[in-house]
Parts: sequence; C-alpha cells; structure tokens
Amino acid sequence: MIKDYVYFAFLNFSARKLRTFLTVLGIIIGIAAVVGLISIGEGLQETINEQFRALGGDKLIVTPKGGGFAIGAPSGSADLTKDDLDVVRKSRGMDKAGGMIFKLGQVTYGDERKTPFVSGIPQDETKDIFSDIQTFSIVEGRDLMDGDKYSAVVGILLYEGEYFDKSVKIRDRLTIEGQEFKVVGVLGRIGNPQDDSQILIPLEAAREIFDEPEKLDFIMGQVRPGFTPSDVADSVTRDLRKFRDVDEDEEDFDVQTFEQILETFSDIFSVVQAILIGIAAISLLVGGIGIMNTMYTSVLQRTNEIGLMKSIGARNSDIALLFVIESGFLGLAGGIIGLIIGASMGLLVEFGASQVGLPFNTHLSFTLLVGSLLFSFVTGAVAGVAPAISASKLKPVEALRYE
Amino acid sequence: MKKKAVISLRKVWKIYKMGSATVNALRGVTLDVWQGEFVAIIGPSGSGKSTLMNLVGALDKPSRGHIFLDGKDISLMEESDLAQIRGQKIGFIFQQFNLLPALSATGNVGLPMIFQGIPEAKRVERATELLNSVNLGERLNHKPNELSGGQQQRVAIARALANEPEMLLADEPTGNLDSKTGGEIMSMLEDLHTKKGRTIVLVTHDIHLVKHAERVIYLKDGQIEKVVKNHKRGHKHA
Repeated sequence: MIKDYVYFAFLNFSARKLRTFLTVLGIIIGIAAVVGLISIGEGLQETINEQFRALGGDKLIVTPKGGGFAIGAPSGSADLTKDDLDVVRKSRGMDKAGGMIFKLGQVTYGDERKTPFVSGIPQDETKDIFSDIQTFSIVEGRDLMDGDKYSAVVGILLYEGEYFDKSVKIRDRLTIEGQEFKVVGVLGRIGNPQDDSQILIPLEAAREIFDEPEKLDFIMGQVRPGFTPSDVADSVTRDLRKFRDVDEDEEDFDVQTFEQILETFSDIFSVVQAILIGIAAISLLVGGIGIMNTMYTSVLQRTNEIGLMKSIGARNSDIALLFVIESGFLGLAGGIIGLIIGASMGLLVEFGASQVGLPFNTHLSFTLLVGSLLFSFVTGAVAGVAPAISASKLKPVEALRYE
Repeated sequence: MKKKAVISLRKVWKIYKMGSATVNALRGVTLDVWQGEFVAIIGPSGSGKSTLMNLVGALDKPSRGHIFLDGKDISLMEESDLAQIRGQKIGFIFQQFNLLPALSATGNVGLPMIFQGIPEAKRVERATELLNSVNLGERLNHKPNELSGGQQQRVAIARALANEPEMLLADEPTGNLDSKTGGEIMSMLEDLHTKKGRTIVLVTHDIHLVKHAERVIYLKDGQIEKVVKNHKRGHKHA
C-alpha cells in the first residue's frame, strides 16, 4: 500500500514537473550547502589533523608567555633559558628536549643588506625533533649537520633571486650579524614569504652572533613512548612553575601540545561551521514552508480526487498518509539533488586544491549522506502533516461536489 | 425466499443549517433496498434526491433516524470505519465519472482494492478481468483522457465492481453522455442486474431511465411521494 502511495506521489510530480522543482528549490539549496560545507570542512580538518599528527603528535612546545608558536618572543616578555631547558628535560615522561633561537638578523649578500628571520637549530641528538616538526625538505645541497659551525641553509626565495637581487647559490657566502656563513643547502617551498626567506644556522653559531649565550625562544620536547602528551605537558608546567617561582595561572610561559593546538583549531573550525550550517538550516526551513504551501495548494486542487478516494473506501488515515508521503518524497527529491550538488562542490574544491598542489580530500561520510537524505525526507514529511490533516478531514460529500 | 435488506433507512431526517435558516432536506424517509433488486430514486432537483443518495451510499450520516448497512447502524460509526465499509459494500458510479487522470484504466479499477489492502498482482488480475467484462480489454493502459465518455463510464463501472460490492449506486450515470452511449451504459447496468444478480440503486431526474428499474421511488420535498413497482421488469425478487 505504501508502495502505491509512493507511486501516486511520483505520478503527481511528473504531472507538475516545474512546480515540483520550484517547490524543492529551497531544500536543494539547503542540503547542497550543508553537504558541501560539511564534506569540505571534514576533509579539511582531516587533512590538517593528519599533517599535525605526522609532524608532532608526541611533541610539546614551551614558549615565553605572549610569544606564539612560530613567532619570535616579543621583547619585554620573560625569556626562557638553558636552565629552563634542563628542567623540561628532567620532567616526568619527557624523552628529550631541545631549544632554538629565532631572531631577525642583519644579513649582507653582495652589496645588499636585509633583515630576514634567522633560526638557530640544535645539531645534537635533539635535532630530529625540529626536523620532524618543520616540514622542511632540502631541494638543493644538504641539511645542516653535526660539526657544521658557520654553515647556513637558505629559504627558496633567496635561491630563486626573489629576495636579494642576485640569487644565492650553494657555496655562496652570506654575512649574518657580521659573521660570514657558507650556504650548504636550500629549503623547499613552504608557501609563505616569511618562511621562504628564512635562514637556518646551527644553534651554537646563532648564540655566538646574536650574543645570546643563555636565552631560548622556544623549547621543544618529545614525549617518551607510553606517556600522554597532555600529562607530560602538565608535569612540565608544574616543574617550570616551581623552578621559575610563579603561581598557578600566573605563569610567564606556555606549554602546548600539538593536541591542544589542534583542539584550538578544531574549536574555531566548529564554530565557523556551525554558523554556516545555521544559515543553511534557514534555507531548509524556508524550503519546508515552500513544501507546505505547495501541499496546501495541492489539497485544494485535488479536493475532488480526495472525495472520490474516500467514497471508494479510503480512510482518513489513508488520505493523510498519501499526502505525507508525497510531501516527504518532495523533500527527499530536493535532498537527492542537493546532495549531488553539494558533493560536486566538494569535488570541485578538491580539484581546485590539487591544481595548486594542496593535499586535500573532501570527506563525504556515510552518516552525512544518509543523514542529509533522511533529514530532507523528514523536513518534507513534517511540512506535509498540516495539509495532510486538512485533506483527510474533508467531508466526502462536499469534496466530491467541490469544483 | 426471505428478502434481505442491503441498506435500510428508518425515519431518516437530514437537516442542513444555512446561516440562521434550517433546510429539511429529508423528512422522515423510511426505505429498504433489497438484495438483488434494481431500484430507481427519481425526483426533481431540490427533492432531496442527492441527499438521499449520499445517505444510501454511506457518504454522510443522518441528522435523525437510523440507517442500517449490513445490519450495522452507520449513524454510530466512525468516519474511518464507514470508509472501510463503503469500500467493501458499495460501488459508486458518478455522473462525472471521477476517474483519476494520472492513472490508467487498470490503475483506476484497481484503486478501491488498494484501500482494502489487496496485493498488486491480484489487483491487476481482477482489474483486467473487469475491464474485459465491460469490453475495454483493448484499453487497459489508456489514461482517462485517451478514452471517450462512454468508455470512461465503463471504466467507472468496472471500478465500482472491484471489491464485489453488495450494491451499485449510480448517480445520474448517463448525465454526461449522449443518448446512444447513455443507452449502452443503461443496458450494461441492466445486464449486471438480470444476468449477475447485482443490487442496483439508480438516482436520476430522468424519467426515461426508470423503465430499467423494478421499483421506482418518487421523491418530493424530502419525502417519499409514491413507490411504483414496474411489473414489466419485475421478476424473481419483486
């Protein structure tokens, strides 16, 4: 019987194609927006999560308060020193930890003088913590290694001649803060001008030229296998608080795990997504009202048919069900078209991203697929309830006589 | 042989309220439709003919009095039960044919069976059989707008027979047809009565049609004016 009602619904749609399409437009737009946004959003989040995990799921970072990750500490804030590094190293669950310096430096190449960021990277056993986390690849020459002193690896913009007038080649010499360095390698492209114009040198050399024997701009640690990064972060915080003699909630330093950074990011992301989906939900609401309106019109137009059906044995519940199914399938039809459009939007973004070399896959989950279709059906069905009830309550005698 | 009533009306009143005025469409009508008979209800417009037809067809409930369909008092029934009973016991044939335009002849004939929960295969089989019996075996998949008026009314007759009803109720069945086609429809109804023993109630204002009936009930001002037995047509049940 339900099957017959579904068949009737489709007969009615095909008899009124344009009206059917216009009716479901709101649902189409709403579902397309929801599916598009969620699949792109989930894909984006997954990509970011993956990259973060690959980089440093077991790492934690200590920075002076106010200095963010990847940005040098602003002057005036409390510094971190070698002594802090020792404390971090001895914290429970910490495998190894290293520190680096990160500063703007005076760099002379030929006759030109500029001020790029210069990073001092440790060359001892903690080096790989840094090389893991910085997605640096060497495209020319070699990386810094143990035993290097006045050697430098330069960003791709220097190599390409986009930074200095003349391009910097392997074995060229640069003067940083008055000390001559030999270029041994070139970093692959990272994607932003600041990172692509930086210079990496050994930590020891950086301490010397910047005259910073103690200070560290950030400390990075690797958690021992079997320990949870957030637990280790807690013990590092406790130990540093004690060592630096500060009260709880008044720390002059930050300890962050990548999980936390990721969470912060996810939180922001969720809020943005919730707002966008809220807007899409309004479209769905409007779509539902559109369906309701159409169904009321349909009840009027088909009053005669309803009277006939009642006279040949249709109960009130049959008539109501007939209309609810019809409006439910109106919603579902919109949902299917919307889903196709939304998924295509995702694929388009994916294609666009791949064209500019970003690794990104949209993620159309089974839940999203089934959920959006179910939701569109339910929206339609709910919108059809009131018209269906008014149809079912028509008196057969009056309905038959209705012109 | 004991006569069995398909439907019995006892002192039935139907009162409509039109604003402040009340209209007594029926005033104490008592009437039995016997199984196997062909009865015609005739009367001018305003005589209460349509109201009586609605009540005999269980499409409406009386304001006063009782109507027994198959022994049950319909004035006490819920609308949904009434619909169910209507579907099983009564086959309607309307002046306007009232076919669903989107459905084929087979679909239209199968429609009453849907509401009785009959499975599709059986519906199609029975609809085909019925359409064959009204000589529309070649038109099974035609839509109403592809059929002539007479053909549409034959589809409607087949539909009325779908659930093997106890009574066919024809409301001006020839009103929208030319006289030749109308004659064909009337002889088809007469055949259903004489050859198949169907109970038929014909409601009309057309005096020429009543010759087909065994019994003619004349209605005037909401009351039965007279009942005339048609002895030329009268046979086994009269």
